[in-house]
Amino acid sequence: MSTNGAVVTASDLRRVYGEDETAVHALRGVSLEIPRGDLTAVMGPSGSGKSTLMHILAGLDQPTAGDVSIAGTNITRLGDSDLTKLRREHIGFVFQFFNLLPMLTAEENVLLPLSIAGEKPDPAFFETLLENVGLADRRTHRPSELSGGQQQRVAIARALVSRPTVVFADEPTGNLDSTTGGEILELLRRSVEEYGQTTVMVTHEPRAAAIADRVLFLADGRIVKELPRSTQHDILAALETIATT
Amino acid sequence: MTKFALKGLFGRKLRTALTALAIVLGVAMVSGTYVLTDSIDEAFDAIFNDVRQGSDAVITGRAAFDLSDGSGSEAPTLDESLLERIRELPEVQVAEGGVDSESTVLVDRDGEAIVGNAPSIGFSIADGDSPFNPLRLVSGGWPGPDEIVIDEATAEKHDFAVGDTIGVQAEGPIQEFRISGLVRFGETLSTIGDATLAGFDLETAQELYGKEGRLDEIAVASSPNVSPEQLVTAVEAVIPSAAQVRTGERQANEEASETNEFIGFLRTFLLAFAGIALFVGSFVIANSLGITIAQRTREFATVRTIGASRRQVLGSIVLESLVVGILASIVGLILGIGLASVLFTIFDAVGFTLPNTGLVFNTRTIVVAMLVGTLVTLVASLRPAIRATRVPPIAAVREGATLPESRFARFRTLGSALLTTLGFAALLFGLFAPDLDTTALLLALGFGTVCIFLGLALLSARFIRPLAGALGWPATRIGGAAGTLARDNARRNPQRTASTAAALMIGLALVTLVAVLAAGITSTFRGSVEELWADADYAVTAQNNFSPIPANVGEAMGDVSGVEAVGNVRTGDAQAFGDQFFATAVSPELGPMLNVTWVEGSDDVIQELGDDGAFVDDGYAEDHALELGSRIELTFANGDTDTYRVEGIFDPPTGGSPFGPVTISAEAWDRHNENPRDLFSFVRMEGGQTDTNQERLDEAMREFPNAKVQTREEFIDNQIGALSAVLNILYVLLALSVIVSLFGIVNTLVLTVFERTREIGMLRAIGMTRRQVRRMIRHESVITALIGGVLGIVLGVVLGALLVARIEFIDFTLPVASLIVFTIATVVVGIIAAVFPARRAARLNVLRALQYE
Repeated sequence: MSTNGAVVTASDLRRVYGEDETAVHALRGVSLEIPRGDLTAVMGPSGSGKSTLMHILAGLDQPTAGDVSIAGTNITRLGDSDLTKLRREHIGFVFQFFNLLPMLTAEENVLLPLSIAGEKPDPAFFETLLENVGLADRRTHRPSELSGGQQQRVAIARALVSRPTVVFADEPTGNLDSTTGGEILELLRRSVEEYGQTTVMVTHEPRAAAIADRVLFLADGRIVKELPRSTQHDILAALETIATT
Repeated sequence: MTKFALKGLFGRKLRTALTALAIVLGVAMVSGTYVLTDSIDEAFDAIFNDVRQGSDAVITGRAAFDLSDGSGSEAPTLDESLLERIRELPEVQVAEGGVDSESTVLVDRDGEAIVGNAPSIGFSIADGDSPFNPLRLVSGGWPGPDEIVIDEATAEKHDFAVGDTIGVQAEGPIQEFRISGLVRFGETLSTIGDATLAGFDLETAQELYGKEGRLDEIAVASSPNVSPEQLVTAVEAVIPSAAQVRTGERQANEEASETNEFIGFLRTFLLAFAGIALFVGSFVIANSLGITIAQRTREFATVRTIGASRRQVLGSIVLESLVVGILASIVGLILGIGLASVLFTIFDAVGFTLPNTGLVFNTRTIVVAMLVGTLVTLVASLRPAIRATRVPPIAAVREGATLPESRFARFRTLGSALLTTLGFAALLFGLFAPDLDTTALLLALGFGTVCIFLGLALLSARFIRPLAGALGWPATRIGGAAGTLARDNARRNPQRTASTAAALMIGLALVTLVAVLAAGITSTFRGSVEELWADADYAVTAQNNFSPIPANVGEAMGDVSGVEAVGNVRTGDAQAFGDQFFATAVSPELGPMLNVTWVEGSDDVIQELGDDGAFVDDGYAEDHALELGSRIELTFANGDTDTYRVEGIFDPPTGGSPFGPVTISAEAWDRHNENPRDLFSFVRMEGGQTDTNQERLDEAMREFPNAKVQTREEFIDNQIGALSAVLNILYVLLALSVIVSLFGIVNTLVLTVFERTREIGMLRAIGMTRRQVRRMIRHESVITALIGGVLGIVLGVVLGALLVARIEFIDFTLPVASLIVFTIATVVVGIIAAVFPARRAARLNVLRALQYE
């Protein structure tokens, strides 16, 4: 773990898709640090490289050059099984489309990462978690019996259940209406406050980015701007500046 | 629309190929069967035509009725003097007499008989240059007195060369001959199955076969300008009534008829298994297509929104299946040729070598294989195709649109239950309705079984949840989270799991049925022998356990020191009340040796048969209203007729009777049969079964390598051993259907992996290892296979029990060991089926999988 308390560090990340003339430079040298206990939002217009950045930070994609460390481990040269183990211990995911297993109950979906890792949940922690995400009375329901918002709550609980070093959320409100989206953002914010959960969220919604402690703006594969905790309005303004430059 | 269909097909090459595989194997079996049987047919035709090539007419003894091959009966012989009279006819250019025998056993260097399942053919060669000689000399010369020619293949296999001495056993004890030459049969054949050939000069052969001064046949070549028909007319005028003459061609056809019947039977038999494989294949196709179509719901909806009619959607799917069917049939057709060679090898491996002059590929093979393959594919595609037409255009814009339920979905359970019931009803009708003829019986059984399979395949979807729960329990214990997920996945789409499992169910039901029958036959047979075998120590039979052996083997046993009594069971064809059957004849010594259950008559019936006594089994007695004192007029192979009085009626043991329907005394039998043969001889010895006694008998047997001495246990094992060879063939043929259903599981899994790509991506993202992914797929595969396996085994036991209840001579026995083996095999099938899909799933790129639509 680095001295300044960063749990995720990236240095000079580059990612090129394809070769020669058709090559697309998704990342052109990104360096960043995600401090422990922070909620970091990554924003940018489509094609800015924000998804690629998140995938590389989470070890789902390999950079063409540069390094990523999570909890002090350089993950860029890990093999598949080490990466898998790393994801088990240190990473939680929240996806845009929830990605729950339809045949499992809410509770079973939440417990999935632990059961895959062959671990038992801490009952007290698990109960509070379900309580906190508001699923205590929905635990035996299957995804098809839950609303979109409830499904995303299950997904968030699933990401938190193994108390990972960092949670990556990919457009967590992208598939929800604005009221439900708001509740989900509130839940994410609360998980940062109550559990000190380090979280990285990729989003294109200024409203979502407004809950972050820090907002990184990407354009053309580079970090072009950084804001501390800001209002929706400031974030929107920042986005507009980027779009015009 | 045509373009749309074909583009779609080639866009999904893997899925198309996997679907096609299911039908390829069935078609291969059809074409393989035709190629195999046509090839055998041609080889035998070559043999029989070669034999009669130079003969314009053939004179033989006239049997009272058609004799069956290997029954122990022979047609009466001709007097040698007839040959001179034939030669004097102006229409005759050349005539030669000959004798032959189908039990001319050659003996190898270790004194062991060279016997397979094919006949050991021996005959006389009048003259090497004679037009009637079907043999071609490969090395050495034609045989003189005390000389022999044998076929090249046998010589090579058993290391004999020209100039060596070889032992031959025919009617009498073993005799030694000098090999004067090696021969080949006809022009094309290197071997005629694993039959052995032995050729002698006429006198040597007559002596060897105990036919001094007698002939089995006279082959005749006509003078120039005399047609075979004219020749036959001329010959008919001079031959006695106990002889007959036929043109060479007719004689060849006559001799080929039994073989042709056999080939016809073999063809039907193999085609039945091809039919089963195709039936299973149609399940696999319907299922695979159903899954593919469900996955393409949105695609169909989209083409509907842009104006395609329902008919066009249907047309495009039918066209796809047509193309798949045709391609699969072509591949299957070609594979069939390979399969035919494999079948030759398999038959060879189980000791059933068939003659082969090269593979024959007829037009009929192409037509039938193509038609069957294409039609089965088309029919199987109809249900999924019709479902696809019911996709509404609105599904194009709906997230996660699924195929609409069929209109008849709510009747499915009731309908499939009714179908199953109908199937059982048809089956029971076929089995137990009185006086059904064979065709009606087979139809009822076939229809019933198909209905049961279809009905259960549909019905089982209702029971997938509990079945997967129970059969998946071990997976959840040993597979951890992956095992639990596998079980849940197997339950997720019960219909899909049910249809996938049903394909395997069919194969396993049939395998189990065979095993139940075999176990029943085996245990009942053992019980019967144990019940029947009373005061005897040894039994003597042919090496192959079933061919009748010359009666002098039994006689020779009587001279062995220590032997107290020898009881023989003669056998041969006979006729009574207009029906032909295998009759038996017994020597009086047999009486105390066997424990026969007499319904009528004293316990001493066997000892007291005398010249004109007979005993019959109770079924035969009932059929012909026989009671003690009734008269039976028996006609023997040579045309003799005699009347016998019923002295006893016995109840044959369940597991098979050692006697035919009618049995007379050996003494009376020998009066009407020139070369009597024994099916069994039983021996009682002083001191019973001892090492010394065994040695003495074995020593005596050295003169008769074609026969063997066995204790009761050995006798039982040997008789049952023949059954297991048949069983193995059945298992191999049914394995084909199991392989087809294995492809069905592969298919479903591959399609499922496609469908669950994003889900697998998610699982990998939250920490599932590749190994766990593989394990998850593997367990799902094993659970699916086990569902099919267990359903199949249960169904097979039920069907077997029903069948056994119908067949009088078998009692029901549960083949526990076999069932355990089948269950293990099922698990293995599941594991093998999972290899490819599991690897695909494990290799999915996590990121791309997560973004997969």
